[in-house]
Amino acid sequence: MSELTMPTTRQRPLDPPEQLTELRQHGALHRMTYADGHQGWLVTGYAAARAVLASPHFSNLTDKQHPPIKAARMNLSDKGKAKLPPGFFLRMDEPEHTRFRKLLTGQFTVRRMKLLEPRIAEIVGERLDAMEAAGGPVDLVQEFALPIPSLVICELLGVPYEDRSEFQQDTKVLASLETAADDALAALGRISAFMYGLIQRKRAEPGDDLISGLVETGELNDEELTGVALLLLIAGHETTANMLGLGTYALLTNPDQLAAMRDDPSAVDNGVEELMRFLTIIHLGPIRTALRDVEIEGVTIEAGQTVTLHLPTANRDPSRFPGGDELDLARPAGGHLTFGHGIHQCLGQQLARAEMRIAFPALLRRLPGLRLAVTPEEVPMRSDMSIYGVHRLPVTW
Amino acid sequence: MKIKADESVCIGAGMCALTVPAVFDQSEEEGTVVLLQEAPPQDLEEAVRRAVTLCPSGAISVE
Repeated sequence: MSELTMPTTRQRPLDPPEQLTELRQHGALHRMTYADGHQGWLVTGYAAARAVLASPHFSNLTDKQHPPIKAARMNLSDKGKAKLPPGFFLRMDEPEHTRFRKLLTGQFTVRRMKLLEPRIAEIVGERLDAMEAAGGPVDLVQEFALPIPSLVICELLGVPYEDRSEFQQDTKVLASLETAADDALAALGRISAFMYGLIQRKRAEPGDDLISGLVETGELNDEELTGVALLLLIAGHETTANMLGLGTYALLTNPDQLAAMRDDPSAVDNGVEELMRFLTIIHLGPIRTALRDVEIEGVTIEAGQTVTLHLPTANRDPSRFPGGDELDLARPAGGHLTFGHGIHQCLGQQLARAEMRIAFPALLRRLPGLRLAVTPEEVPMRSDMSIYGVHRLPVTW
Repeated sequence: MKIKADESVCIGAGMCALTVPAVFDQSEEEGTVVLLQEAPPQDLEEAVRRAVTLCPSGAISVE
């Protein structure tokens, strides 16, 4: 039995657990004991993580997976899985996964996201107006990082304006770690019911939005449509929100890098990739289970064994990103695994890029005096969540 | 350089269209890869190779 269990304690808030960095120096794959006693694997190397994600011989079905840590600390989509309707295609294998994904990929192309940019810029501008009007200090998570992706998703899905404040309240509850599990499930239930109702309305009165477009294809029933809408909401909300919050913290604590993001428009696109690589907010999983014996870098993973990929450690693998423990907005950061790799690679990644490429420079240019209103050590980290970030980010300017 | 694109394995992540928009586009309907030119000019070859390594599903390759 392996003595290794999933390390989750970080010694420094922006770096992966030291134990994992050390493990990576000894190899890419490690035997690990799971929370249920299963003898599975932990991957810390870049090439091995990419190979697992690209392989068709690993399953993403939750019922095949052993939990690397106690279930109560898993992320919301796992906690809520029993109550999620069909259509949550992130947790499907082929060919079902592709049936759902292909209905959506046309909605998330680079071209479509470009068309959304002016609207994203407006949403960001409105949040900055509100912050300026209120005056500092404010919690940047509540006033900026959470509402922006939430409002962008409302725009994309076609949530009517009059319903947005209620919808946002529930998504805030859902995304916050300070929410008790029961309250989160209740909020999830209200959002599911809301989505179901929205689908009925779009069926009666179609608009120029994603849900109307999906309804029109006639490919999915209402339960499946609800599942798809929920997946888009959860996947697109908590992730981008935490990148905006934690990314701002990282920039505020690295003033040279902040200056590059603020003052050099040509640094923004790659700078956002570097923030995603350096921060790798997906810090528990992805998790896969071998469907048959698979050899990865000379190691045989047997059929039925679960593999946990530690992306923050893999994204700092010096064989792929030399000097990767430094945040350097000028480093070629393309090819990071933060959006995953293989067939499940983030569907909304071009939307997330657009949001970050607009939001970071807009925030820093509008509020050039932006600074933490507490010491860096006082900022509470989401260290026990599968999506890392800051719980709160008190700032002033 | 000759590029091959296999839209049957493409998952529409858009990395190729983002990296070399002069060579790759995405279909309106499914967002899958559309090859704008099979033989790119030499000054785009490096970017095309980068797009090949960034593609998450192995849908594009070069000869």
